[in-house]
Amino acid sequence: MTLLGPALAVSAVLFALGVAGVVIRRNVIVIFMCVELMLNAVNLTFIALAQRLGIQGHVFVFFVMAVAAAEAAVGLAIILAVFRHRETVDLKDITLLKG
Amino acid sequence: MRNDPAVTLVWLVLALPLAGFLLNGALALLAPQKKTVVSVIGVGVLAAAFAVAVAAFAALARGHTAEPAILTYWSWLPVGALRVDFALQVDALSTVMLLVVTGVGSLIHVFSVGYMREDPGYARYFAYLNLFVFFMLILVLGANFPVMFVGWEGVGLCSYLLIGFWFNERINADAGKKAFIVNRIGDAGFLIAMYLIFQHTGSLDFRTVFSKAPALLAPGGPAVTAITLFLFLGCTGKSAQIPLLTWLPDAMQGPTPVSALIHAATMVTAGVYLVVRCNVLYALAPLSQTVVAGIGALTALFAAVIATKQWDIKRVLAYSTISQLGYMFLGVGTGAMAAGMFHLVTHAFFKALLFLGAGSVIHAMHHAFHATRAHEDAQDMRNMGGLKQHLPWTANLMWVATLAIAGVPPLAGFFSKDEILAAAFARGSHDAAWYGFWGLGVATALLTAFYMTRLMLYTFHGPNRTGDAERAHLHEAPWIMTGPLVVLGVLTVAGGMLNAPPLLGGGTWLHHWLDPVTRAAAALWPAAHLAPALEWTLLLGAVLVAAAGIAVARSLLRPDALVPARLAPPETGLARVLLKKLYLDEIYDAAIVRPITWLSTEVLWKIVDLRLVDGLAVNGAARLTRTAGWLGSRLQTGNVGVYVAVFVIGVLAVLTAATR
Repeated sequence: MTLLGPALAVSAVLFALGVAGVVIRRNVIVIFMCVELMLNAVNLTFIALAQRLGIQGHVFVFFVMAVAAAEAAVGLAIILAVFRHRETVDLKDITLLKG
Repeated sequence: MRNDPAVTLVWLVLALPLAGFLLNGALALLAPQKKTVVSVIGVGVLAAAFAVAVAAFAALARGHTAEPAILTYWSWLPVGALRVDFALQVDALSTVMLLVVTGVGSLIHVFSVGYMREDPGYARYFAYLNLFVFFMLILVLGANFPVMFVGWEGVGLCSYLLIGFWFNERINADAGKKAFIVNRIGDAGFLIAMYLIFQHTGSLDFRTVFSKAPALLAPGGPAVTAITLFLFLGCTGKSAQIPLLTWLPDAMQGPTPVSALIHAATMVTAGVYLVVRCNVLYALAPLSQTVVAGIGALTALFAAVIATKQWDIKRVLAYSTISQLGYMFLGVGTGAMAAGMFHLVTHAFFKALLFLGAGSVIHAMHHAFHATRAHEDAQDMRNMGGLKQHLPWTANLMWVATLAIAGVPPLAGFFSKDEILAAAFARGSHDAAWYGFWGLGVATALLTAFYMTRLMLYTFHGPNRTGDAERAHLHEAPWIMTGPLVVLGVLTVAGGMLNAPPLLGGGTWLHHWLDPVTRAAAALWPAAHLAPALEWTLLLGAVLVAAAGIAVARSLLRPDALVPARLAPPETGLARVLLKKLYLDEIYDAAIVRPITWLSTEVLWKIVDLRLVDGLAVNGAARLTRTAGWLGSRLQTGNVGVYVAVFVIGVLAVLTAATR
């Protein structure tokens, strides 16, 4: 029993939820969490497809987890710095880079 | 003959004045006070050039060959099918011009030593004068149209530099500019003619063009007519004919020897030389011949009429020059090339004498006024009178030249003018228009005798009007100035022998000498011969006309009734119209200069430049970029959510497109 179809469906739902969260939410922390959700949805896809396509899927998941960890470290540091400066993590108020 | 050293050394004729220009130019910049050195260089190179010219002439006379000697030095403009070499041509025509330019030029250089002695720009003056002779010699020696054009432009440049020689007075600088700009119009004609010649014959070398022309260009066809008319437009500019004559009277602002050399003896005759050089082309275009002769005859009369009412001694001579150039064009337009050249040569003698004589008078007047610190016009004839007692040599020599230009036998002008009129009369039997031209010429002869006698009476006879204090300072010029006058006087008396007609026992030497150059044209237009009785009648008529002009002037004019210029009432009526040369300058100003100025400022500047070029093109491009940038920048809201939304939409779009 491979459960490939349900696994891909779950990962697609998770990815869509992540995208929706990034687009809709204003709080940077939440957006950050949504990005993690998207990454993990992709990981699930890799794992599911690795049954068919070989070990590379497993390897790639580790790369993604490593990059996600680094991203979390840098991202949280930036959010912390911004919060210290502006006393807010609402994206509506952080719009300095506009034309 | 081509290997004759005298001919191969003809480049020296060019190199000497050029060296004189460089040395004198260097002295003008570094040591302008070394006037003796400047005089030696300035006059020396001309005398040496004259010697080389005489040697070349003698070699050609020994050679007895019809073929011109063409000396090619280097390839100048090898462009596609066009091959232009820097080449000089020594033939009968160019040696005659060579002798006139260097000979009369030498005399005028000598005169200048005395005339310009006290001028601070002495070295600069001689540098320009030498440069002028250099370019004039390129003009007459060039073996193709482009080389000739270099000389043609060069003499125009020197004319500009020397008219505005005393450039710190505005009127002089303006006169120089006027001469330059009016000449540009003519030069455009010359250039267009060159393009047409190349288009139709595939060459610009004189020898090739003139030998191919009869085969390639249909006689009387539009091509040859256009070529010759455009060439003649160039001539009207350089030789001050209708309609481009207005610059020459103003050119009298330059030093008087310059007027003698450039604006009487040599440069202004370049147009006549050009027509004679292209005699084959003109012989193929009867319409152009009519135009040349007609414009010449009209200009001759027009300028002579104006000359009768001028007060400035140099302006009388300037109009006289225009008038005599008109005679030359009447001659060459009639096809009498030798007669035209003959008048060119004799005119160079007697007009140079008249101008240098006028220079001598102005020199004396200027000194007299300078001595008493009077600010009177040293060139106005109303301030002169009775100068014969003070300047006897000048007065007598100028009388010789006056009789010559009036056409009194046996002086030079009599023969040359009569030959032109006779040729015009003879052509009348083919084409009735020439009877009209002949009539204009005779009327001009009458007026010439009149205005020249007027000039002499007002300047040298009657009571003196210079002023009591000034009179003591009037004296004859030094020998360095009267010497050249004497030589020119001798030439004026003897010059007629060059081409005296067989009727009077002459040998028409110049006619035979120029035969190799004019033979092709003469074959197309055989000269009409007049019966001896008719010829005698014309001769006697010419003498009577000259005598009548002098007699009328003597009986009508009252030199003792004149008052000095500052007391004289302003001119009225016809005299005023003539003094202002029929308001020609004003007409040109209203009809050409002002519309062009208006078009330039109101349309070209304010609309085309300011609105179209600056507004639409330059500022418009900037505005367009800025607007596009502004529109683009509206997308950059700074709101990350929007960016992400756009990004997602983009990804979806790409995926949709990729999976379809």
